[in-house]
Formats: sequence, structure tokens, C-alpha cells
Amino acid sequence: MEVMTGAEALIKALKEQGVEIIFGIPGGAALDIYNALCDSSIRHILMRHEQCAAHAADGYARALGRVGVCMATSGPGATNLVTGIAAAYMDSSPLVALTAQVPTTYIGRDAFQEADITGITNPITKHNFQVRTPSEIPSVIKKAFFIAHSGRPGPVLVDFPKNVQASSAKVDFSNDIKLPGYRPNYEPHPLQVKKAVELLLQAERPMIVAGGGVIASNASAELISLAELLLAPVATTLMGKGCIPENHPLATGMIGMHGTVASNRLIQEADVILAVGVRFSDRTIGRIDEFGKDVKIIHIDIDSAEIGKNVDVNVPIVADAKRALNEIRKLLQENFKKKERSVWMAKLKELKEQLEEKANCTEGIKPPKLMVEIRKMLPENAIITTEVGQHQMWAALYLKIYKPRTFISSGGLGAMGFGFPAAIGAKVACPNVPVVDIAGDGSFIMNEQELATSVTEQIPVVVVILNNSMLGMVAQWQRLFYKRRYFAVNLGKVPDFVKLAEAYGAQGFRVQSIEEFSSAFKNALKSDVTTVIDVPIHPEENVFPMVPAGKALKEMMWE
Amino acid sequence: MENENQEQHYVIGAIVEHQPGVLFRVTSLIRRRGFNIQSISVGPTERREIARITLVVTGDKKIVEQVVKQLNKLVEVIKVSIINPERAVVRELALIKVNAPKSAKSEIINYAKIFKGHIVDASPKSLTVEVTGDSDKIDAFIKLLKPHGIKEVARTGITALSRGIESVNNKSEGGRTL
Repeated sequence: MEVMTGAEALIKALKEQGVEIIFGIPGGAALDIYNALCDSSIRHILMRHEQCAAHAADGYARALGRVGVCMATSGPGATNLVTGIAAAYMDSSPLVALTAQVPTTYIGRDAFQEADITGITNPITKHNFQVRTPSEIPSVIKKAFFIAHSGRPGPVLVDFPKNVQASSAKVDFSNDIKLPGYRPNYEPHPLQVKKAVELLLQAERPMIVAGGGVIASNASAELISLAELLLAPVATTLMGKGCIPENHPLATGMIGMHGTVASNRLIQEADVILAVGVRFSDRTIGRIDEFGKDVKIIHIDIDSAEIGKNVDVNVPIVADAKRALNEIRKLLQENFKKKERSVWMAKLKELKEQLEEKANCTEGIKPPKLMVEIRKMLPENAIITTEVGQHQMWAALYLKIYKPRTFISSGGLGAMGFGFPAAIGAKVACPNVPVVDIAGDGSFIMNEQELATSVTEQIPVVVVILNNSMLGMVAQWQRLFYKRRYFAVNLGKVPDFVKLAEAYGAQGFRVQSIEEFSSAFKNALKSDVTTVIDVPIHPEENVFPMVPAGKALKEMMWE
Repeated sequence: MENENQEQHYVIGAIVEHQPGVLFRVTSLIRRRGFNIQSISVGPTERREIARITLVVTGDKKIVEQVVKQLNKLVEVIKVSIINPERAVVRELALIKVNAPKSAKSEIINYAKIFKGHIVDASPKSLTVEVTGDSDKIDAFIKLLKPHGIKEVARTGITALSRGIESVNNKSEGGRTL
């Protein structure tokens, strides 16, 4: 037992959890915490907007597979975190958000900079806490980190009233935590594994759909080995991108609304679908009733509530993806006779080639070609983040990812402005790896102020803006489904992104051809300062293929 | 038992950590997921740190299973189960204030006796009756008093315990529902 202030107890508890980095912005109610932080070895990265503190911590968490930490003051600081927390929640990213709060004696009196942040974030956190005494801080922080990273990962918020930060108490760090209502299930049920294997043994046209859960569980090796044994094509969701190298012969790329032809067609013809760490979101699955009539679905997820939520399945397995895939493989191997599947494999090959052609038959700066060029110039372990919109889908379709945790995108929430701060977080996590934010002009503008963070904190990333002076994805929908009635999508040719970058002390380039792009990009990768490359593209470019919302995956549009 | 897609009432029992904010989390979740809640009751249990929440939800079986799974995800929720009313004691308490001029008093008192109710308050022109039972019994009692003119009704919502030795508590270690 030691006597210390709540703020000191917090910093000590964070150190115990191995926290090295906090992304945050201080404020009146947070001053005691910042005062204690000042003496610690934890690096604080001063962001320019709290939303970006959360996104950066999220990017850090996704790149490393460790809990990311962000911090904000009470009231507006805390509410600014909300979008970032929601993004982490939707994509199951382990995040601990620390917020300051007005003194307990003021809570409920609408004090200056008071916001009910535990109430506000209740539906977008895995759990949240408000500490009431310094002595409970060690156990609350232990619980927060444990909940954030275990089971299905997610954000946890801890709220610290100012008087709890400032007051002293005897604090005990040795206590074990008890969470009687929280018991994630990691081990697959043997009977369910057996049922899954029976289905897979009979399968003629097996198909794997892999999602973010495979990456969260570090189960790539298990996934690939099972796919190779089965000769099953592997489609990934946006969140699953990277769990199988996209140059692998069995990888068919993204599935869903903007999925590849191969993924979207093959899934219609599969007789057994093994879905791992996916939640069958509307953007992934289109209309389930259009799947093969007799298709059998095996669904592995660590969150039992995901099973049967959107799609009825034949064999549910509530477990950690890595362990479940391992068990399935072990049992399968005992009885499996290697099959040729020549027709199924020929189909896979033929469908895959369609997309490759699309990426190659282009002239001028076409987004697919640009994605291919970017990939060529990057090492395999480079990290790509994206904003949200057309550029995101071009990246998902055409920018091949080879390693897990190297593609970081706001999938579930679809938060524009995510990519740049997430890139900053990823770069802090992996300082020796190039980090590239594939952006659109609309998204980048939403958090361009973080250029200041990246320059002053010396966190160099590369931002490639596919600039169509439009809210491109909205414009695409207006073009395709609203009779070309463009409204509220024209952003004009402002700002000048080169000058904007320069105003912050970053580097800016504007390029008019693939050749110019290549030289600017090479320069950017060598630079020790953040670089923004403005790439004007045609304002009426569409992302294809596309399945209109609410339609079956087979109703793909090509132009 | 019943048609899976048919909408009906389900009684859900939840054992939760007895802490401020738990009820908020439960109701917030039910609202957010678009589930329909008929009644909810909360109270302490035999253990100080634990409370019991009893919910009545309307929906088909699939929806109710989803409610249970989502509730189970809440960190402070220790155990959730669907209570089969045929194998449980299901009770609700109602207080009914009814118009009771002198001429009607004895009839109302008689009705209360038949329903094993108690007169808990009386005034020259009214009686307040306390009655417990399942919701059907209370509905029937209220219907019976209606002609006299009901002034006010307060109902607690259902609370329930499974019959016999079976308890939600002793299954709570390590197990998962559904």
C-alpha cells in the first residue's frame, strides 16, 4: 500500500499495463493527470482534435495488436472522442479511452465542461467505468485493459472526476480483479468441431470467408493451412484484408458490395461456407436468400451474439478463431483424402483474372492502376490506412495486402477522417515501416489539422489524395441511383493541398501522370517529414464492381 | 412447443452485479437493439453484491435468443436465462384504487377475498386493494373492478423464480447460456 494521488495511481497503473504511448489533448479537468504524466516515461502525443486521438490510438492498436490509449479532458474533449470510440467499437479494436470529468460534487449540476460521457458512450464501448475513489484505480485500470483486449476486443472508457485525480489515498496494486459476468470462451466445443469437419469432408466446392476476427486472433497461418488442405478459395471482408496474402493462389480478394468478381461469384456456387471472424454485415453479404439453396454454413466467432444475428448457420462454433481453425484442421487431416477440385480451381483462376485485367488496361491516372503502382513501390510490411469512400474501395480491390495488420480501415462505422490519424498511430507503433494513408479529398479535409501533429511530433507518413473535388462515393450513388442529380457533393478545387501541406511544414506534391506520381512517392518514402501527394482524378470515376444496396451479390454492376 | 416465428411474451431472468448503472446498461441495450420490453423489475437478492432483473419481452424465439446473448455480453451481467413460465413461479404485485361508495364496499371486499387480495387503504369513497399473482390473474381482477370505476393502478411488473432446487445462481460459474 502506498499513499498517492488518484492521478499518480493512474499513471502507475498504466505503466503496469505496459503503456508506452498516449494520444491525447489536455484540458482543465485533466490537469492533475497531465501533471502526473509529466514525470513519467510514457510518451504523450499531442493531437489537434480528440477524434484523432481516438483514431490514432485505434491505428496503433490495429498495427500492433496491443491496446491503444487515448486521453481527453471533460465535456467537449470527451465528446470529441465519440466518433473515434465508435469506429473502434464497430471494428472490434482494443482501445482504452481515458477522460477527465468535473469533480464528483459537481456531477449532475451541468457544471462547466461537464458531459455524461459514460452515459454517452455506453452503446459504443464494450464497457465503461467512472472511478469514485483513488483506491479503486488499480483494479479499474486492470479491468479496463483486460476487457479491451480479451475475447472480442473493443473500446473501454474510464472517466476520472477531477477531485479523484487530486485526492490522496492508500492505494493497493496487488489485488486480483474479479469479473464474474465476463468469461470469453476461447476453446471450441469438440462436438461442433466434429460437425464442421463432417461438412467439410463432404464439401465439393468449399469456400472460406475470413474477417477481422482472423486478424484479431492472429490466426493467419492456421487459416492458410486449412485453406490449402481443403483447396478452398478464401474471400475476405474489408476487415479481414491481409489475413491471407493477396497473391496467394487461393485468395479471391474482398467480398461484398464492392467485392471482387471472384469472391462474389464463387460464394454463390459454394456448397459449404466456412465463415471465420465475420459478422455477415449487410455490406458483406448483400442478400443471403440468394445464396445457393443447399449451402451449409459453418460460423466461427468468439462472440456468441454474432451467431445467428444476421444469418442462420448450420454449425456455430463459439471460440477463438486460431484455436477453432487448428482443431478443425487436426481432425480434418485424419480423414481427408486430397482432392483435385479441378473444375472449382479452374473457375477460381478464371474469375480472378477478370479483375487483374481491369487494373492493367488503363491509361492516364486511373485509380486501379495507381493502387498497383503504390504497391510496387512499397515493401511487403508497409502499412496502408484508408479514409472512407471511393478511394477506400479502390484500395480494398486493387492494392494487394500481404500481411495481417498492414491494412487499416474504418470498416463498420465508415468514419471519414479516420485514415490520417490512424496512419499517425500506426507509424508510432511501427516507426521503421512506411505508412501510407490512401485518402480522398473529402475525407482528408475532415482531419487535415493532424498535419500539425505529424510534423511537430516527427511522425512522417505519406498521404495520397485521390482528388476528384467531390464527395466521390456519394456522387457515384447520385449518378447511378438518383439520375445524375448531383447535390451537395461538389467540394470545389479547394484547398490547394500542396500549399496546405507546406503551411504545416509538411511536403506537398501535385502529380499529373503515373510517372510523376512514382517519383513523388519515392521521394515521400525517403522523406523524414510527412508528405501529401495530390493526385487529381476524373470527377466521374466509378468504383466497380458494385452490388447495389439490398441486392444479391450476383447482381454485380461492372459499368 | 410453440411456433418459432410467432410473437409472444418471454420472461427473462438476469443475475447482475448490484452496482449503479446496471439497469441503465440493460435498458439501453434493449432500446438500441430495437427489442420490445413489456415490463422490467429489479431487486436485491440473497447476496448483497448481486441483484436480479426480470424482463418480459415480446418477440419471436430468434429475437429473444438474441436479447439473451446481447445481455450476456454486458460485463456486469453474470447470468441470463429464459424462464419457462410453466416451470417457474411468476408473480406480479398490483395496487388498485377503486371507487367505493358505501353501497359497493362489501362487494369489492368480497372480490378481493376471492383473489386473495388485501385491502391496504380505505377512505369514505374509495378502497385500495393489493393483489399478487401472475399477470392474467391481475388482469382478471382489474376487469372485475372496472364497473366500479378504477381511479389508479400501480403494477410492479413480473418477477420470477424457477421451481424446485434449480437456480440461476448455482449454474453461474464458468457456464455460458445458449
